[in-house]
Amino acid sequence: MARKTIFPMTRIHEPIRVDVEVEGGRVTDAWVSSHLYRGWEQMMPGRDVRDSILFTQRICGICSSAHAVADCLALQQATGLAPTVNGQHLINLILAADIIQNHLRHFYLLALPDYAAGPDTPPWTPRPPKPDFRLPAKTSAELVGRLPAAVRIAASAHELMAMFGAKAPHQQTIMVTGVTQQTNADQIKAATAIVRQIKYFIEGVHIPDVLTVAAHYPDYYTIGKGNGNFLSFGMFPDPLTGRRAIRAGVQTGGGAVGDVDAALISEEIRYSWYREGSGGRPDTENTVPDRDKPDAYSWTKAPRYKGLAFESGPLPRAVLNGEYREKGGGVMDRLIARAHETLKLCRLAEGWLAQLVPGQPSLRPYTLPPQGEGAGLTDVMRGALGHWLKFKDGKIQHHQVVTPTTWKFSPRDASGRRGVVEEALIGTPVADLASLVEVGRVVRSFDPCFTCAVHAVNLPNAKPLII
Amino acid sequence: MLSRREFLKLCLAATATTGLAEILIPVLRQASAQSALPRPPVIWLELGSCTGESVSLDNTRNPNFYQLLTEFLDLRYHWLYNTVQGDGAVRVMLDTVEKEAGKFWLVVEGSVMTAADGRYNHIFMRNGEMVTGLAALREFAPKARYVIAVGDCAAFGGPGAAHPNPGGGKGVWDVITDRVVINVSGCPSHPDWMTGTFSHLLLYGLPELDAYNRPKLFYSRTIHDQCQRRQQFEDGIFAAFPGEGGCLYKVGCKGPVTHADCPSRQWNDYVNWPVKAGTPCIGCASPHFPDGMTPFYNHLPDIRTRSVSVSVRKIGAAFAALGVGAVATHLAAGIFARRIHDHYLDGTKPSDPAPPENLTQVKQELDDLIRQQNALMSEAKQLEAAKPHRRRPKSWLRRLVGFWRTEDKTGKDK
Repeated sequence: MARKTIFPMTRIHEPIRVDVEVEGGRVTDAWVSSHLYRGWEQMMPGRDVRDSILFTQRICGICSSAHAVADCLALQQATGLAPTVNGQHLINLILAADIIQNHLRHFYLLALPDYAAGPDTPPWTPRPPKPDFRLPAKTSAELVGRLPAAVRIAASAHELMAMFGAKAPHQQTIMVTGVTQQTNADQIKAATAIVRQIKYFIEGVHIPDVLTVAAHYPDYYTIGKGNGNFLSFGMFPDPLTGRRAIRAGVQTGGGAVGDVDAALISEEIRYSWYREGSGGRPDTENTVPDRDKPDAYSWTKAPRYKGLAFESGPLPRAVLNGEYREKGGGVMDRLIARAHETLKLCRLAEGWLAQLVPGQPSLRPYTLPPQGEGAGLTDVMRGALGHWLKFKDGKIQHHQVVTPTTWKFSPRDASGRRGVVEEALIGTPVADLASLVEVGRVVRSFDPCFTCAVHAVNLPNAKPLII
Repeated sequence: MLSRREFLKLCLAATATTGLAEILIPVLRQASAQSALPRPPVIWLELGSCTGESVSLDNTRNPNFYQLLTEFLDLRYHWLYNTVQGDGAVRVMLDTVEKEAGKFWLVVEGSVMTAADGRYNHIFMRNGEMVTGLAALREFAPKARYVIAVGDCAAFGGPGAAHPNPGGGKGVWDVITDRVVINVSGCPSHPDWMTGTFSHLLLYGLPELDAYNRPKLFYSRTIHDQCQRRQQFEDGIFAAFPGEGGCLYKVGCKGPVTHADCPSRQWNDYVNWPVKAGTPCIGCASPHFPDGMTPFYNHLPDIRTRSVSVSVRKIGAAFAALGVGAVATHLAAGIFARRIHDHYLDGTKPSDPAPPENLTQVKQELDDLIRQQNALMSEAKQLEAAKPHRRRPKSWLRRLVGFWRTEDKTGKDK
């Protein structure tokens, strides 16, 4: 038996350490830990509640709009305000554009170097000692040759986001009742053109490329299979009906799809660097960091739904919506589901653009009620994201964030149950102990982003910011 | 090769017309084709960051991100892009620090987490020992040719160091005090600000820096100075809520105290920027972001946080003396009269950016462009000078102008 550590795991966002135990050429146990703590939620109390959307999105530069949208939903619930019709379409568009950008970059910049040798220049060199490249040389060169185009298309998705969000990353226009950017016919036309262009690329290049990779790595349909529990909060509410274009659902072990009850979500901290007795439901939990806690190995908390760990993200979303039948629930299924979702988002975006009415207000002026409490649950790039907040006299009193990465990359919980990725790593074949490429592929297929997993807390003795 | 002076002019001209990089790319291409430019080895460290700077750099247009990695920089270590993982990646980084000492560039993204002696942020493992971001920075910085802090977090602490700063976040120059740290601030930093700074370093070495160590190329003027809604400020037309027409000053715009060229440069292939989209500038390129800029939707004189900049107080004082409202804004027209009329410059576009055949040709084209810009600028200045109130020597208005300015005649901060 050999114990190996990978730190840092590359081609993912932020510091993550993966420890695996390998016996007989297979992973028998795994520990995933995150190594950055910024204390974001500690920074929230005392701030002007209107700043919340702009401030919380700075948790993460890859999915900034995701946090903005979740916070906007939480504020909507807390204040009873609703966005205008145009405003909701634009919020949906901003989030969709950001997700498209993320999915494209994930495949070409982060995942592809695992399957095809990149250009002969750093950072693509050096390569792992035994990289396990199976694509024919010509195909491999073709895929890698598409890198510049893919990077360009991903940037144009951010352009689309900036058209309505002012800039990307960290858009600046989303408010409780809509978006400050007003629409005009010109802009709608330009945005539609960009969406079309992205769509052509995804249909003609991206999806075929993903399928090419999948065809050469058929064993990866089953390698890295999750625990079979799928969760989605749904996303893109319709401005009139409130129905979400991608619907919410929860499925345990391949059973029937049920409704999500937010009250069943809680976070455990047995193996996280937080003081005992903390954790609990996100609308009340109150946690204190403790870097010297024995046994603990991660800054990530362990969110559980009905006490179980759940996988969320493009694959669960596709399965819960009945749009994809997984072949094995592993690495390739995740890559393919992500590519299909990118295409779906383009189609949805075209629909919203067609429904925008030029000249109609995308924002409604409002005054805040004196106090409120709300939860903003939405799905984003990587899965289910929730923001819980309370405010009084215009100042935030409580703010908690449960991110998709914490759902998937959680450490063990109080009953010793592993997180989704820890579970998915078990059974992964390992050809070479020095390179551990298989482990990297499994971890990367979940598209982790530890910036937001850095769980931050609401200290009881923290002084609120005096404004 | 372009002289440094020409490059500076070019950057200033470019902000008024189109992206700097669009003109820069043929120059860089040419220079690198003639092997005049060695690709510098780069180590990119992410500390307490959100990866926003890397994502923003992905959006760079000319040179695009792929060209940047394959033609201009030799990005040895960046955990977002390295193919090799774990020990392999660490070996590359340590080798570069060792073998390229004095040559490699150290780019830092994110605030330096200093709480618990840096143990809130481990970034790699060496010989079985976890290494903190703080320790790595202290070890690598003295050996680097340049230390470049990208983004507001790395430059000044930024959101990663917001009150009450539980992780002990600090700017790189708060930790590395014995050498120059170039601050390319912004949340995130505009890709042009990063590539422009990199280009200047490549071609001419250290760019001219302001009091906050930011390249003057991009941070010399305030947002307010260059804003498209400036005329509405002068005319006293104000938006009562974000998203409305008119100047956004009263709904919290921090443009008057934020130095950056967003209005002329714009974001994401130059399609939009916050004020154009109807939302106030939140001052994200400022050393006082975010705490000195919150609440984001309250206007400047209302700010009462501990880290308010001097200029903000000046605005408060000026407005208290004059009475807030239309009268004050009318007078403010005179206060800000030193601007260059942007609409004179907007009319010019650079010629087709198809790569010229040789350096002389490049130089010729640039000369033409600069001459064109200069002509327009001098015309603008003449028009400016023709205004009667400008001739009055040392009027009370002039004295107010002097009071308002944050820099003296030589361009240094007061």
